[in-house]
Amino acid sequence: MSPRVDPAQVRPGDALPEVAETIERLDLVRYAGASGDFNPIHWNDEVARAVGLPGVIAHGMYSMAVATRMVTGWVGDPAAIKRLKVRFSAMIEPGQTLTAKGEVAEVDGRRVLVRFHAEDEKGERVVGKGEAELEL
Amino acid sequence: MPLNQALVGKAYPAVRYEVGREKLREFAVAVGETDPIYHDEAAARAAGHPDLPAVPTFAVVLSLRAGQVVYGDPDLGLDYSRVVHGEQEFVYHRPIRAGDRLLASGKVAAAAARGRHELLTLETEITTEAGEPVCTVRATLLSRGTAPPRGSGA
Repeated sequence: MSPRVDPAQVRPGDALPEVAETIERLDLVRYAGASGDFNPIHWNDEVARAVGLPGVIAHGMYSMAVATRMVTGWVGDPAAIKRLKVRFSAMIEPGQTLTAKGEVAEVDGRRVLVRFHAEDEKGERVVGKGEAELEL
Repeated sequence: MPLNQALVGKAYPAVRYEVGREKLREFAVAVGETDPIYHDEAAARAAGHPDLPAVPTFAVVLSLRAGQVVYGDPDLGLDYSRVVHGEQEFVYHRPIRAGDRLLASGKVAAAAARGRHELLTLETEITTEAGEPVCTVRATLLSRGTAPPRGSGA
């Protein structure tokens, strides 16, 4: 269970490789089934519009999961992830591309703090204030 | 209707959850996680895991189940149709993995007005049946427009 990243080589400011995902309605249906979150605002346009949304929107947790792929892809070992935290700051609709970006904020021996966010095509933050505490 | 702040600190009965390999694979596919350690037992073992590990955000599945117990409490006064997801935090003691027999117990960690809205924090403690800590999940929900009017004393 050794991480891919050598803590001795990690420096504050190092960027993580970005992850981009174009969100399709099928992704949201699949995520609803896998997660058990069947809130209809994520798959039924009529219900979504009735509560004032433009149409269905992605689950916040789906967007967080896409952003987390950037962290798991960088670190390799999920056991290295000690804490994850995000704030949901905007909605994203199917057809839009979500891009996760992050960088190393602090290094203290084997403990590394990554700050990250995920934004839509206009650069608006869908997932903000992301923090990942890692032990490499 | 405002949230019942007297319920802050109340712990609810634990939900049992048995972690199956196919469920972990299904979740990994749903979030687009293609690393073989989440799909192939041999790859997981070669990487030092005793069985398939869950992708990190899988813990939300247990949090949702524990949350249904809390949100369904009529004393809480939560109208789920007014809820948007505000923040999410996971503190990991170890990865969830296939074969785990887990307990997830929810509690109301915080409920407070913020302007016209209210913030509700659900904390879910996930342990094994033997009591080994696995993950602490905090979900902060925003209940839109339910705060009591100021000065009402409600």
